[in-house]
Amino acid sequence: MKGLKIIVAVKQVPGTDEVRTDPKTNSLIRQGVPGILNPEDRNAVEAALCLKEKHGAAVTALTMGPPEAGDVLEEVFAMGVDKGILLTDMAFAGSDTLITAFILSRAIIKSGRFDLILCGRHAIDGETAQVGPQIAGFMDLPQVTYAEEIVLEKGFITVRRDLEDCQEWVKVKLPAVVTVTSRINRPRYPSLYNVQTACDGSLLTTWGAEDLKVPASMLGLDASPTVIKKIFEPDHKKRGEIIPGDEKEMAASLIEKLKGVNVI
Amino acid sequence: MDFDFTKQQKLARKIARNFAEKELEPFAQERDEKAEFPVEAVKKIAELGFMGITIPKEYGGCGLDTVTYVLIVEELARYCASTAIIVAVHNSVAAYPVYLLGTEAQKKKYLFDLASGKKLGAFALTEANAGSDPASIRTTAELKGENHVLNGVKTFITSGGTSDIVIVMASTDRSKRGRGITAFIVEKGIKGFTVGKKENKIGIRASDTCELIFENCVVPSENILGKPGGGLFAALKALSYGRIGVAAQALGVARCAMEECIKYSRERKQFGKQISDFQAIQWMIADMATEIEAARLLTLKAAGIKDEDRPFSAEDSMAKLYASEVAMRAATKAVQIHGGYGCMKDYKVERCFRDAKVIEIYEGTSEIQRLIIARSLLK
Repeated sequence: MKGLKIIVAVKQVPGTDEVRTDPKTNSLIRQGVPGILNPEDRNAVEAALCLKEKHGAAVTALTMGPPEAGDVLEEVFAMGVDKGILLTDMAFAGSDTLITAFILSRAIIKSGRFDLILCGRHAIDGETAQVGPQIAGFMDLPQVTYAEEIVLEKGFITVRRDLEDCQEWVKVKLPAVVTVTSRINRPRYPSLYNVQTACDGSLLTTWGAEDLKVPASMLGLDASPTVIKKIFEPDHKKRGEIIPGDEKEMAASLIEKLKGVNVI
Repeated sequence: MDFDFTKQQKLARKIARNFAEKELEPFAQERDEKAEFPVEAVKKIAELGFMGITIPKEYGGCGLDTVTYVLIVEELARYCASTAIIVAVHNSVAAYPVYLLGTEAQKKKYLFDLASGKKLGAFALTEANAGSDPASIRTTAELKGENHVLNGVKTFITSGGTSDIVIVMASTDRSKRGRGITAFIVEKGIKGFTVGKKENKIGIRASDTCELIFENCVVPSENILGKPGGGLFAALKALSYGRIGVAAQALGVARCAMEECIKYSRERKQFGKQISDFQAIQWMIADMATEIEAARLLTLKAAGIKDEDRPFSAEDSMAKLYASEVAMRAATKAVQIHGGYGCMKDYKVERCFRDAKVIEIYEGTSEIQRLIIARSLLK
């Protein structure tokens, strides 16, 4: 295999402690909320850097968002990522997961040869876990989700997935898409040594809709099939319930209650 | 005048904040209580470049500016003031004078190891009878052949016990007082150099403060830093940078005190409402925020002057004086707002209070800073 090329899809998300929603527009209020690198995307970056250190690889990070989303690319550059592509264009605004994955896959194709696409399992804002699999769909690539270990060998990767009742090892021919969970590794901290290079623009490429040669009619909110019916904040006021009685009565009562809410 | 930070500065601050929040804060209280040096944290922090923040890349540093240094030290101090001073002392009064005044041979031998954090640095000027008046030091360095023989005792040396390389001020000609002081680069482990008493301090307890003893300690004369008799000049240059670092540390402690108050006053209820609803509390927090902002601007201005290589009139002293007193006032108000809980070690403001008192004193007391400022105006 020639030098391994890894693409990592990363996303800037609002810091979770401060997320608020707008009940009128059914959307997240992002103004004034600090953006952070999506936690599991950080794991994906770490997985890419580990493969780079072990086998030698060029790692490119890819993100889509407003110009400020470039901040997360600077952060991953400081972790050791070689290059970054920022996809930013007003035409992309409002894209749902399907259109986002479409735009990302067009950018991956434009970026040239690649062997492995890594994504975080899900983003902490939308929590859909859809974009990774959708990229695989658009690009007709094999995919393995919820990866907790990745082993590379001669044009294949073997991926461990920890499922509820078993451990699964999946061997896949490259190129492939893999989404990782937070348990795959402990991400390294970005280094101050890399700060200058990370911010001087030398590692960054910016593309818009025209660069990807995609008509605006296929992009953004209007092209997105997802409709958000309602968005609301969870009710934190609900308290636990103390079930009275002796042990047998409590157990019987608990079983009835769980059946009543279709848990068992 | 641009009040916005550059991308580099913002990224460095973010890196420092994330690291400090995850790696320093969880252990800060325990280390304070045990007066335990943060060995592992300093090792990790060194790998990430924190020990050579402003040292150019060709000497193994990160090549960042002093404004970035201020932002980084503030973030570290917000979560652990002891680790912040270990980093600040190492950068400002140990590595920096070697970069500024060292020969190429000295830089090759010492600066790479300092900037990479492979070796920890300290600065030894203070003695039992020479604190605010550094010209009166009694440690001597007598020329014997190609060496100098050091004799004397240094006190209150930050990182004294844990450091590997110490910049030591000794008198090579006592008749000349200040102009007879020479700076030496002294390595730990050489004969005649021992670490004495470790002090049991009121605050900044996880940083070790020790006595250093020189007893017929033979140091090669090639280890003279700068010119013979130029030690006080070296010390003043280093201490000027040091004051900016300590001002940044004070900002971190003051911010910790304020942020803890904002959190606590929203949780604590008295008379049926959150205490943050009471104007008495609001005003104290408003004063803290205003003073912290003013102290930060002063500190950043001093850092900016250093980055532009313009001469200080007294901005570094003003920053250290004001920021350290702001930290003390903020910590005092913070303990007051926390009431009885503020006197308990379970609450961070108790540590802020003790740390702030130390910050008012080391790197030049408030009184010495006022003296320097007054001299700059009345000369």
